[in-house]
Amino acid sequence: MVNISSLWQYLALQSPLQSMSGEQFNITKMGLTTYSLPQLPYAYDALEPHISAQIMQLHHSKHHQAYVTNLNKALESHVAAVAANDIASQIALQQAIKFNGGGHINHSLFWKNLAPAGSDETSLSAAKDLVTAIESTWGSFDNFKKTFSAILLSIQGSGWGWLVREGGQQGGLRIVTTKDQDPVVGGDIVIFGVDMWEHAYYLQYLNGKAAYVENIWNVINWKTAGERFLGTSSSDNMPEL
Amino acid sequence: MSSTLLRTVPALRGAVRASGALKPASALASTSFVRSKATLPDLPYDYGALEPYISGKIMELHHKKHHQTYVNGLNSALDTIAEAESKGDFTKAASMAPLLNFHGGGHLNHSLFWENLAAASREGGGEPDGALKKAIDSDFGSFDNFRKQMNTALAGIQGSGWAWLVKDKTSGTLGLVTRANQDPVTGPYAPLMGIDAWEHAYYLQYENRKAEYFDAIWNVINWKTVASRFDKA
Repeated sequence: MVNISSLWQYLALQSPLQSMSGEQFNITKMGLTTYSLPQLPYAYDALEPHISAQIMQLHHSKHHQAYVTNLNKALESHVAAVAANDIASQIALQQAIKFNGGGHINHSLFWKNLAPAGSDETSLSAAKDLVTAIESTWGSFDNFKKTFSAILLSIQGSGWGWLVREGGQQGGLRIVTTKDQDPVVGGDIVIFGVDMWEHAYYLQYLNGKAAYVENIWNVINWKTAGERFLGTSSSDNMPEL
Repeated sequence: MSSTLLRTVPALRGAVRASGALKPASALASTSFVRSKATLPDLPYDYGALEPYISGKIMELHHKKHHQTYVNGLNSALDTIAEAESKGDFTKAASMAPLLNFHGGGHLNHSLFWENLAAASREGGGEPDGALKKAIDSDFGSFDNFRKQMNTALAGIQGSGWAWLVKDKTSGTLGLVTRANQDPVTGPYAPLMGIDAWEHAYYLQYENRKAEYFDAIWNVINWKTVASRFDKA
């Protein structure tokens, strides 16, 4: 499960007492994380031919970076608004925090649930328990794949498709979509996600998003997915996601 | 809305299904009805006409593939609704609302968009004049200010969507609105000029640098079209 507790911790720290010291607030002084772009766990060209190196490079170094930069900016402004008891500005910043914070969380999860085709991580045998749960939920793995793919293709506009464990570590499996950069929140555990923004595939697949969806299955990191399913994934719990 | 958007074709739904065969037209007079089918409108210029601001490749894919998909999706949604309606299955008909909105909106938005663009060497670019210029000056302060506000609105779209210069039909004033995904401009607003902020509208040429696309597109805005929509609204 992704740890977004730093964001919640940040929001929880907005008590009026915090602003009485008269100090200039910033995220670092409050002991909060300034978010930074995580390194990819593989080279930009590692997912070829299914996702081109050019897409990966832009997607990571430009798009994801922009979410990180704008999240930090929004959080800084928010801290200042809290210090100034400016509730209107705090409210006005919520959407930017959600969008850019979501963009940061979603992409961080996404990179880790991908791996080079043919690697051990992309083998279904790396996630035996998860595969068993998928088969019992959807009848067969093939049926799950078909269902998930159809849901991805039905997204209108920008968004994400996710396999989640509903409500927590004991929950059942479910496919959900989120629009734009809305993150999965509310206790659902992300097993893996697929980015359906056009920037995730357009340079290579153009308007042929069905082919992108078909090919993404070759680079799903089932090892990561299986660990998230079992709650044994340690890497996602870092403050930096 | 331009009359070229909808082409009228006769549909013989009830009669054909009932008899299993086509009857002479005269026999159908009481059971046939006229149905409009959406079709892809021709572009009023070549795919390469908006270069270097919008590449020919983008225009070709955008028109021939993306817009065509909305046209197909709209017709398919309308067919499903008509079919459900004929069976009295209104739950099914109502469930098509999101697809109708998405594909219908996609068709309307793109049809308006193509016509409010033109080659920089022809009607494209520059600034509006006459009554439209006056209205922009009065409602936005100046053309420059309007352009700045429109670009800020475009940059602020989170995800896919559009920004529009609109005329409020109740007050007669101009305004800026954004719409998510393919939501069309409706209600009291008449769309005068739209800019597509979906990634497919610019990504092949501008990649993640969407601000450059938003700057460039002003070179190919067809103010003649915008002025004529303003006059009619």
